[in-house]
Parts: sequence; structure tokens; C-alpha cells
Amino acid sequence: MLGFTRAQAIGFVAMVAVIIIGPAVLYPVFLMKVLCFALFACAFNLLIGYVGLLSFGHAAYFGMGCYVTAWTAKNLGLSAELAILLGGLTGAGLGAVFGWLAIRRSGIYFAMITLALAQMVYFVCIQAPFTGGEDGIQQVPRPPLFGAISLQSDMAMYWLVAGVFLLGFLLIHRIVHSPFGQVLKAIRENEPRATSLGYRTDDYKWVAFVLSCFLSGIAGGTKALVFGIATLTDVHWTMHGEVVLMALVGGLGTVFGPVAGALILNGMENYLAQFGSWVTVTQGVIFVLCVVAFRRGVIGELAAALRLKL
Amino acid sequence: MLETVGLTKEFRGFAAVTDVDLRVRAGTIHALIGPNGAGKTTCFNLLTKFLQPTRGRIRFKGRDITGCNPAEVARLGLVRSFQISAVFANLSALENVRLALQRARGGSFDFWRSEDVLHVYDGQARALLEDVGLGGFADTPAVNLSYGRKRALEIATTLALDPQMMLLDEPTAGMTHEDVDRVVALIRRVRQGRTILMVEHNLSVVEGLCDTITVLTRGRVLAEGDYATVSANPEVVAAYLGRADA
Ligand SMILES: Nc1ncnc2c1ncn2[C@@H]1O[C@H](COP(=O)(O)OP(=O)(O)OP(=O)(O)O)[C@@H](O)[C@H]1O
Ligand SMILES: [Mg+2]
Repeated sequence: MLGFTRAQAIGFVAMVAVIIIGPAVLYPVFLMKVLCFALFACAFNLLIGYVGLLSFGHAAYFGMGCYVTAWTAKNLGLSAELAILLGGLTGAGLGAVFGWLAIRRSGIYFAMITLALAQMVYFVCIQAPFTGGEDGIQQVPRPPLFGAISLQSDMAMYWLVAGVFLLGFLLIHRIVHSPFGQVLKAIRENEPRATSLGYRTDDYKWVAFVLSCFLSGIAGGTKALVFGIATLTDVHWTMHGEVVLMALVGGLGTVFGPVAGALILNGMENYLAQFGSWVTVTQGVIFVLCVVAFRRGVIGELAAALRLKL
Repeated sequence: MLETVGLTKEFRGFAAVTDVDLRVRAGTIHALIGPNGAGKTTCFNLLTKFLQPTRGRIRFKGRDITGCNPAEVARLGLVRSFQISAVFANLSALENVRLALQRARGGSFDFWRSEDVLHVYDGQARALLEDVGLGGFADTPAVNLSYGRKRALEIATTLALDPQMMLLDEPTAGMTHEDVDRVVALIRRVRQGRTILMVEHNLSVVEGLCDTITVLTRGRVLAEGDYATVSANPEVVAAYLGRADA
């Protein structure tokens, strides 16, 4: 089915089932947050897991997606799908420029440049008038979908978010299993060899980078409409840290890992909130545990135990 | 076919390759030999533009390629293998070869299309794997192949590009006797219509296979000619003995 392995197809059906049943059991707003972050984590995983590129600056594309969607929805009265799409295109445009600057470097230098550029975006956001500085853009209305379908109720919004997430998830799956994806995997496995076969590897990495930034922007834009707010937190590097943690806890380079990671970390944040700063401490411990003992992450370890590709 | 003039590469003042004038005639197998650290791999890196020469020019098929990038050089039909076996470890043998065949589509930037379109190359890929004795390993991940088979896979991948000229860096290094024989037989079979430049430490392989030999020591050409001429050269003997002592 759709190029999934049998185990992945079962996993996918299970995931869709959870998405459909979920709001009957848990708060829709919580689930929407999970789905936005899951898409963001999947976009990040596309780079690290399938191209071997470690970006430190994905908060910039996510955050700018938030701002642009929020601003256009509030001030231009764009319909929901257009506002979100513009958020994604903003991420892609920014990614196209930043990627072009960063991709020539590899390893830690690539990571540092993406971080430096993202910090620049953060400082621009503090100063620029359109972001609302410390206050952010608040009270963003949820514009109707296609200008017709109201998204005022959380359930209506939930189905939109679920749809966006599933489309993004399937797009990533297609990218990974396309002729383009084959070349990406070759680059991840052995870049000089891919070059020696005549592939301009920088161009492939750049396209993958832009695609990842596009999806990050989409995730950011969707989140802005869910909560009706876009703030500096969304562009801050700690946002990037969270998404790295999600991908890592779930399992880098696995299809479902980032989704599981998003669920686990957002769940902790939500349901352990009463314990205050202990959440951060627990997250730190989990991070260390993952790096030291469970490198493959929850889904990665599960897949290894079951000898499956998940 | 391939010609260099005054090719020189310095790493921070250390000259790894100095003033090398190399002429590889079309249709021949040309060996580049020399003690460890002589600059053979560096030469390959220069020829395929993985390194930028400090000085000198490189011409391939009469065309100056000194300013090209590595991917362009490969597209012109000058394809290299690597000293450390270079396969795509977590991809299957079939996928490895197919990645080279896939080059025939031009760029592969179509991320919206299913990889099923690549199945048109499966037959060709299987035939190539058969050719190098890997017929039964099409679906094996490259990482699980033995060392000799990895090298064979690398050659199959290189051949898949149907290059006019191949640069092979120590294709038989670290192989068992049978594997060496298999690779030598393979090179003999595929030399038809191709030019090959190879680095090789195994002198019996060189003797049996190569038309011309260039001996490199400390980055300079020490001698050139056929096997008999070169092996009779006292300087070459000294260089090799020197290496044995070291
Ligand atoms: N990137 C580099 N930076 C600095 N020095 C280098 C670099 N690459 C190679 N060298 C040096 O250049 C010299 C030639 O190296 P090269 O790898 O070309 O030798 P070789 O003839 O291929 O040897 P071997 O038989 O061991 O493969 C060596 O002394 C090596 O240390
Ligand atoms: Mg070498």
C-alpha cells in the first residue's frame, strides 16, 4: 500500500485509527498540538534521518510560518488553507536562502551556520514591528476553511489539523520513496561515491532542505491557527531543541518515531505540568537516557526488537 | 585520452604530487604504482576533481577539465572507484547498481513520483550483478556482503555508468586469491572499448593486465614504460626495496 512495507501499513492504519478515535478520549486541543509538533518533527527527521543533515535552526522556519499565517489570517482575512500555505511558503523561501548558504558546509559547520542564521531571524523578530515584539500576534481569528467552512469549534479545527498532518506525513513518505529519495539515501550513505556517479549532491541536499523547511512552516502555521497566537517562543532555539528531542526519543530515521516522540513529550508537558519545573528535569533525564542507552529511540528499539522496518 | 601537464598538489607546503605529466592512451590499461604515500590516490583525487590542483592542467578527450567539478567529470565519462570500498551500505546490491543506471534519466529531482518508475532499470541492474558474480545477492544489503563482493559491487556500479574511462584505486587490495582472480578476469572482460587507469600494489596483477606503467615516488614520476622496462629500471627497484626496508 502506497509503498509502505506491511508493518508500516499496519502502523499507518493504527495511527489513522488513533487520530480518529483520539478526540473522544483526549482534549482535541492537546491532540492538535501533538499533531502540529509531529509534522514538525517528521520534517526535521526528513533531513537528519534520510539525508544525514543536522540542522540546528528549524525553529526559524516553524516560527516564521507561525507569524506569517497568524498575520495574514488576522490582518488580511485570508482563509485558513491559504494562510497555512503562505506559512509553508515562507518557511520554504527562508529555507531556500539559508540552505543555499549552509549546504556548502558539512557536519558541525552546517549545524552552526543554520543555528547562526536562525538566531538572526529571532533577533529580527524581536525588533520587527509586524511580529508584535514581546507580545507576539495575539487573538488571531480562525478563518473559515475555503472561506466557507467554519473552524470555530475545536472539532472542526481538529479535522483540518489531522488532514494537514496526514497529507504532510504522506508527502514525506513519498519523498523518501521516490527516485529523488533514492539519491538522498545514497548521499546519506556515501556522499563522495554519489558525487563520483555524477550526482551534484549539493543540489539534492538543497531541495531536501527546502522541502523540510516548507513542511516546518506548514506545521508552524497550523499551530498558530489552533492557538490563535504567534510569539517569540515559536522562533526561539528552544523550540528547535524540543523537536530534536521528539525525533530522538521516537527514533531518528524511522517513519513513526517523530510522531511517537511528539506524543510522548507533549503528553509529559501537559500531564506533568502540575509538577512544575520537574517536567524540564524529566525531559533532560530522558534525553540523556536516549543518547546513552536507547540510541534508536522508542520506535527504533521496537522495530529492532520485532525485526521490522517501522 | 587523458593527459596532465605539470600537475602539482601541495598541502600546506607539503608537495604530495609534483609536476606529473601523465598520458593515458585510449583503449589501454595504464597502471600507477609506487610505495605507500607516493601520491597515487592524491593523483586520482586531482584527476576526478575531488581535489583542486595547485598547479597544472588536466585534459580529457582533448577537453580541458581543470575547472570542472567532480559531478561534471563523472558525466563526461571519467568515473572513479575508491581505495576504501565505496558502496551504499544500507541499500541493497540492486539499489546500488540502479543508482548508477538512474543517472540515465538525467537529474532525479522528482520527489513526487513513486520509486516504482525505477523498476525499468532492474533488468539491466540484475544483468550487471550477474556479470560480476553477484547474481544471487541482488536483495542483500551491501553492508552484509563480504569484502571481495563489495569491491565487485563497486565495479558493477561503476560499469553501470558505461564510462569511457575508469579510474580504479587498488581494486584487489585486501582480497583473497580467488577474489583477485575474479576481479582480474572481470577487468579483462570489461576493458573492451574502455580506457582504464588503475593503482595496484599487486605486481603480478599489473604484469598480467597493464600495457603501460607509471611509477610514482614522493609525488614525482620516477619511470614509465611497459612492465619489462620498468622492472629493469634500477631506480624503481631501489624505491621498492626502500619501501620493503621501511
Ligand atoms: N588531504 C590531505 N592533507 C594533507 N596531506 C595529505 C592529504 N591527502 C594526502 N596527503 C598526503 O599526501 C601523501 C600522498 O598520499 P596518497 O594517499 O596520495 O598516497 P598513495 O600513493 O595513495 O598511498 P597508498 O599506497 O598508501 O594508498 C601522503 O604523505 C599523505 O599523507
Ligand atoms: Mg592510495
